[in-house]
Amino acid sequence: MSDPTGIELPSRLELHDLHVALGARMVPFAGYEMPVQYPAGVLKEHLHTRTAAGLFDVSHMGQVILKPKKSLADLALGFEELVPVDALDLPMGRQRYGMFTDANGGILDDLMFANRGDHLFVVVNAACKAADIAHMKANLAAVAEVIPVTNRALLALQGPLAEAALSRLVPGVAQMRFMDMAFLDWGGVELWVSRSGYTGEDGFEISLPNAHALAFAEALLHEPEVLPIGLGARDSLRLEAGLCLYGHDLDQSTTPVMGNLTWAISKARRAGGERSGGFPGAARILHELSSGPDRLRVGLRPEGRAPMRDGTELYMGSDRVGTVTSGGYGPSVGAPIAMGYVTAAHAKIGTRLEAELRGKRLPVTICPLPFHPTTYKR
Amino acid sequence: MKYTKDHEWLRVEGDLVVVGITEHAATQLGDVVFVELPEVETMVAEGDEVCVIESVKAASDILAPIDGEIVAVNEALVDNPALVNEDPTGAAWFFKLRLDDMSVLDDFMDEDEYAELIG
Repeated sequence: MSDPTGIELPSRLELHDLHVALGARMVPFAGYEMPVQYPAGVLKEHLHTRTAAGLFDVSHMGQVILKPKKSLADLALGFEELVPVDALDLPMGRQRYGMFTDANGGILDDLMFANRGDHLFVVVNAACKAADIAHMKANLAAVAEVIPVTNRALLALQGPLAEAALSRLVPGVAQMRFMDMAFLDWGGVELWVSRSGYTGEDGFEISLPNAHALAFAEALLHEPEVLPIGLGARDSLRLEAGLCLYGHDLDQSTTPVMGNLTWAISKARRAGGERSGGFPGAARILHELSSGPDRLRVGLRPEGRAPMRDGTELYMGSDRVGTVTSGGYGPSVGAPIAMGYVTAAHAKIGTRLEAELRGKRLPVTICPLPFHPTTYKR
Repeated sequence: MKYTKDHEWLRVEGDLVVVGITEHAATQLGDVVFVELPEVETMVAEGDEVCVIESVKAASDILAPIDGEIVAVNEALVDNPALVNEDPTGAAWFFKLRLDDMSVLDDFMDEDEYAELIG
């Protein structure tokens, strides 16, 4: 994507012309021209997703098929050498959250992976996908063929009415539950559907061939519950849901334990588990699991109305004890919200810190995540 | 009404100048969720950051367009930042300035010149 002059030209999404026709403001993001908002604006798009259904184009994300060379179990065991998650026991038709770790236990990227019977399907972040694909090719060569999927769009339909809208086109989705993954038919087109998302709402992510993406997106937008939603609202929705944005809330300096993602580290991979360790950075991650990390991702509630953005520094008296990594206004919360890292000694819920904003110290309190209750259909 | 290249409007009201942001600026900012106003009776110099506006997307500043004294601020914006999007050139004024010399206003753009600037 980068050329020797250092100028990167953003790629265009398959549905670029549709976004423009819908009045989207397009901005460069992770090497793509992406719709950041439509005429309704971030606030209305956010609230619409919480009350009805929002359609997101997330085709910039990386879709990758891992085709086993010997058996799925052999591939799952190989994949487990890259993630602190149980891949071997993931049932067919189920998806799981995970992360690639490095030798220091830092996070290279966070991801979703699914068992699709005869192979694994992985979805990774747009900004990391080239590196992730190289990482998998380098480390899974013995067990899998790594096949980037470049001819399919990825759409997300999120919100309490997502099932109602989508099931009119694809009745089978109503039978799915949270983190299920299925192959479903839409008029002869094979959809890869998972019941998951990045908003805290019930909803679906749908991969389908580029050639049919426009017709499918238009059919969804034709449903009365559905509005198109841009990256702006995607960010405020995921922040309210307490979900991490790689590159902000997670990076190579943070481990899954620091990132408050301990729930994603499977029992089988922990100390005393059937396949304990065996992933990059295991020594540090297992040590942090037993002894605690030196800093931790927490929820933050500014007491006033001023949003505290990424990079805002947090103090306890004169000591700097942390930094905001994501922050802004939570439209459903009706107040500013943020996430950040603080030293373990100051990470207790209810702790009052001060944030330095434009030369002033403003009070902020550590609070539980998520800020807005999730409504996954488990 | 006069306009600055920073997308502020200036309206003469007796011996004061009322300052706000243009509709173009409000649209570009998106939904405004936070406004911080200056203290009244503060002397400001051209280019000083006097207000903070935060939209759902980002923070930005309003700069003092001219030297003067801030004699009034619009507290209604603090309680209802969305006014900036609803009525940017009316109810959503930010502050009123007292100037020594009103003739400096002649240097700012008129409506046609501003319309040309924003294309």
